[in-house]
Amino acid sequence: MNLLEVRGLTTAFMTGRGEVNAIEEVSFSLKEGEILGIVGESGSGKSVTALTVMGLLPQPPARVAAGEVVFNGQNLTRMSDRDMQRIRGPGISMIFQEPMTSLNPVFSIGDQIMETIAAHERLSQADLRKRAIDMLDKVGIPSASKRLDDYPHQMSGGQRQRVMIAMALACNPKLLIADEPTTALDVTIQAQILDLLMDLRDEFGMAIMIITHNMGVIAETADRVLVMYAGRVIEEAPVAQVFDRPLHPYTRGLLECVPSLTEDKPRLVAIPGTLPEPARRPPGCRFAPRCSHALPACSEAIPGLELLEPAHTVACFRAQELAPA
Amino acid sequence: MTTPLVTASGLSKHFEVGGGGFFGLRKAATLKAVDEVSFTINAGETLGLVGESGCGKSTLGRLLLRLIEPTSGTIAFDGNDITRIGRMEMRGYRRSMQIIFQDPYGALNPRMSVEDIIAEPLVIHGAKPGAETRKQVTQMLEKVGLPARALDRFPHEFSGGQRQRIGIARALVLHPRLIVCDEAVSALDVSVQAQIVNLLQDLQREMGLTYLFIAHDLSVVRHISDRVAVMYLGKVVEVADKKTIYAAPLHPYTQALIAAVPAQHPAQRSRGRRQRIAGDIPSALNPPSGCRFHTRCPHVMPVCRERAPELREAAAGHQVACHLTDI
Amino acid sequence: MSDVADAEGIALKREHPARATLRRLFRHRLFVTGLLLFGVIAVIAITAPWITTADPQRLSMRNKFLPPGEAWVFGTDNFGRSLWSRVVWGAQLSMIIGASVVGLNAVFGTLIGALAGYFRRLDNALMRVNDALMAFPAILLAIAVTSVLGPSTLNVILALSIVYIPRTARIVRSSVIVLREMEYVQAAVAAGAGHWRILRHHILPNAMAPMIVQLSFLFAYAVLSEATLSFLGVGAVPPTPTWGNIMAEGRDFMREAPWIITIPGVALMITVMGLNLLGDGLRDVLDPRLRIQQ
Ligand SMILES: Nc1ncnc2c1ncn2[C@@H]1O[C@H](COP(=O)(O)OP(=O)(O)OP(=O)(O)O)[C@@H](O)[C@H]1O
Ligand SMILES: Nc1ncnc2c1ncn2[C@@H]1O[C@H](COP(=O)(O)OP(=O)(O)O)[C@@H](O)[C@H]1O
Ligand code: SF4
Ligand code: SF4
Ligand SMILES: [Mg+2]
Ligand SMILES: [Mg+2]
Repeated sequence: MNLLEVRGLTTAFMTGRGEVNAIEEVSFSLKEGEILGIVGESGSGKSVTALTVMGLLPQPPARVAAGEVVFNGQNLTRMSDRDMQRIRGPGISMIFQEPMTSLNPVFSIGDQIMETIAAHERLSQADLRKRAIDMLDKVGIPSASKRLDDYPHQMSGGQRQRVMIAMALACNPKLLIADEPTTALDVTIQAQILDLLMDLRDEFGMAIMIITHNMGVIAETADRVLVMYAGRVIEEAPVAQVFDRPLHPYTRGLLECVPSLTEDKPRLVAIPGTLPEPARRPPGCRFAPRCSHALPACSEAIPGLELLEPAHTVACFRAQELAPA
Repeated sequence: MTTPLVTASGLSKHFEVGGGGFFGLRKAATLKAVDEVSFTINAGETLGLVGESGCGKSTLGRLLLRLIEPTSGTIAFDGNDITRIGRMEMRGYRRSMQIIFQDPYGALNPRMSVEDIIAEPLVIHGAKPGAETRKQVTQMLEKVGLPARALDRFPHEFSGGQRQRIGIARALVLHPRLIVCDEAVSALDVSVQAQIVNLLQDLQREMGLTYLFIAHDLSVVRHISDRVAVMYLGKVVEVADKKTIYAAPLHPYTQALIAAVPAQHPAQRSRGRRQRIAGDIPSALNPPSGCRFHTRCPHVMPVCRERAPELREAAAGHQVACHLTDI
Repeated sequence: MSDVADAEGIALKREHPARATLRRLFRHRLFVTGLLLFGVIAVIAITAPWITTADPQRLSMRNKFLPPGEAWVFGTDNFGRSLWSRVVWGAQLSMIIGASVVGLNAVFGTLIGALAGYFRRLDNALMRVNDALMAFPAILLAIAVTSVLGPSTLNVILALSIVYIPRTARIVRSSVIVLREMEYVQAAVAAGAGHWRILRHHILPNAMAPMIVQLSFLFAYAVLSEATLSFLGVGAVPPTPTWGNIMAEGRDFMREAPWIITIPGVALMITVMGLNLLGDGLRDVLDPRLRIQQ
């Protein structure tokens, strides 16, 4: 059985110009111990997907307009706030891009970790402290017992992200959602944090949903990849497939436009134009105005996800004919 | 032929931080954001400048343009020392050196139209607003790939990539020779980033520009640069042409930096295969003694803690500051 | 350069930012309500000479304590003066004082704040004086100043300006400090712009939003403080009709002639409430960040 099952999820926001869908018909699943990478440019709906799964979007303005999220056999989209709170922590937990704003500046990091544990387990103060030190140790904070009483501003960006991970792991979640966990960090620190996430997966067998706009982070961590564009999933495949045989023109463009670390390219292959805002999405295939393979028919209907190769789905009318031999 | 357009010698910028308080009673600490840095940028080339957050890249870029005043050291532009010349004389040089910023949202005055934004440098240097100026602005807009109807629009009507084009047009309108690109593509989505990188390269070829290209993305820097300088905690630790520095880096920090770049294919995953440096970047307020990298360096020796290595020529055109290469 | 074409294009519909701001303001319910309330009082104040017939200072002991009615819209006071005339002329005085204080603040508050924020060398000196002035509660400082200068309309304006300019300056200074570091300011420096140009084109226009919000609240404080000063007898000298003076006199006759104190009180309330709503609206539209901080 799949740990997480997302089916046809559509989340809408009420805005000044009426209701717009931030994400549309998003479906995917996640097994225990699996790392699913979600990649897409900013505004493609990655965070909204994550926050909808967590039930963390303020309603209103947000509204789950269609679809469902099934976690461990329970339908989260129909769950009460109280029940949802019990899922967050031991069930699913989340780390965010900006570790400074997600930690409370007026409490020590130890207090914040202990509070997270105490919300779900009845432990003595001494045991709580021990668990918190354990967690900090596990995420690689040196002399954890001394740092427990430090405040967030006394730690570096990388350390804060480690603390966030420690808090997220404090209740042994089955699923960890990491939304751009390394975007605010330097490369040497990014490498450490990605290693840490993989180590934790190997050790505890939890599933991880890693959200990023960086194909490199995907290459480093993911088992399976979901590519999003303008609120929709446009391709899904095992990681090697995505890099070796990308079937959607957008995925191909995304891979081609990053320069190489080893080869010289005279010129980058850019995708013209920009990602449309939700209220200004074109009709039909969302990528059509930027797609070099677009045909008039592409703007008439939205292509659905189709299984083109084993475990490899793609939403493009011309995927079959354009697929490399 | 390589002639230096910019030469920085022993350039330093120290900030007093944490001082002040009531009647300035609290004692200030000194932060050495840039410390005794020397290098040259040749006419027509792109020098990439990489390093982790807070290592002093932006400070160095602003020093070269004299947007901030150096604590010590000199800057020569085209052979002339511009370190201590007055405001009016400096204005003459300002025509020749411009900057492009990272944040496409903070770099354009929200209350000025695109035309006013791009025309401003011309007006400052004596152009009269009118048909002639408008023509120049329109030409510049076309050069950066924006239609003339953008002229009377305001910044909020454009996407991040389009704003970056406007910022580029503003920087180029005086036909400068040196452009400091401070993380000019870092905030953009990858697909748009590629458009702007291509644009910068086209413009360089067309207008004979020299770039100091500051970025933290090593693959973009490799793509656009001729030579690359690596900074760590206010010091330049290695300079070489791009092929050498990526294929055979000599400084342990450069090696670590390159090893940390995520793989470009899942088959080349780095976990467990590449050496990682441990720990965080130390605080610039209280940098380690001797070699500033010694707290994280896998090859640290006793001498590293005592004496700071100097930037020396290790091979032709390849400079390194490390005791390992001194021996 | 083919790959630089813009697929999305630039929005077809275009609107000047000032116009967009106005449109949003007039859609803001609080702002419109505030504008209407304040507008009514302002119109009354401006048209005072034409909408009053009785001299606000002419005594007529025969007519004292007449309740509001057909002959005397708002009734008469303890000296038989027309309360309508007095309240209307009082409105005019309130508006003059409020507008003067706002005007002086706009000029000197901006000047001091901009200098302190932009030239760090001036900052310490200017802000120490500022802090010292701000250390006193506003109304006590105003009372102290008018007691020294003597009660008169002009002195009330001076006193309120001395009290509020430091506060306005501080607000301007903090916006200038933020704006000075904006990259577009650096770009202008890099292009060779001088201090004057940077202040005029890049800093002041962008510091206007919080400034306008502050000034609309300041108008309310000024009207209220003026009333307080007159009420306490350190403002404009009676028999000058000000709301504070009228209320001070009416205080002794609350039982037999409650309208004397109530009517100017209501006028004061409408003005202050109108200005506060107006300010809230301006704040929401011009400077949404401030809303979160409060
Ligand atoms: N005006 C200032 N006052 C005090 N310290 C400053 C000032 N400007 C920069 N610094 C400090 O100088 C050091 C170098 O800063 P700089 O902005 O040059 O770094 P950077 O390499 O550009 O970093 P990033 O990659 O984050 O842009 C940092 O420690 C920074 O905090
Ligand atoms: N609170 C909100 N109100 C209105 N629109 C929103 C809100 N949050 C997100 N959106 C919109 O939903 C789209 C997807 O956003 P997001 O999931 O944050 O993108 P990303 O892929 O960068 O994480 C964006 O266009 C964004 O503007
Ligand atoms: S459906 Fe058409 S427009 Fe969309 S990606 Fe495929 S080819 Fe391009
Ligand atoms: S000088 Fe020493 S510590 Fe510094 S980089 Fe070289 S080997 Fe490492
Ligand atoms: Mg996001
Ligand atoms: Mg910088």
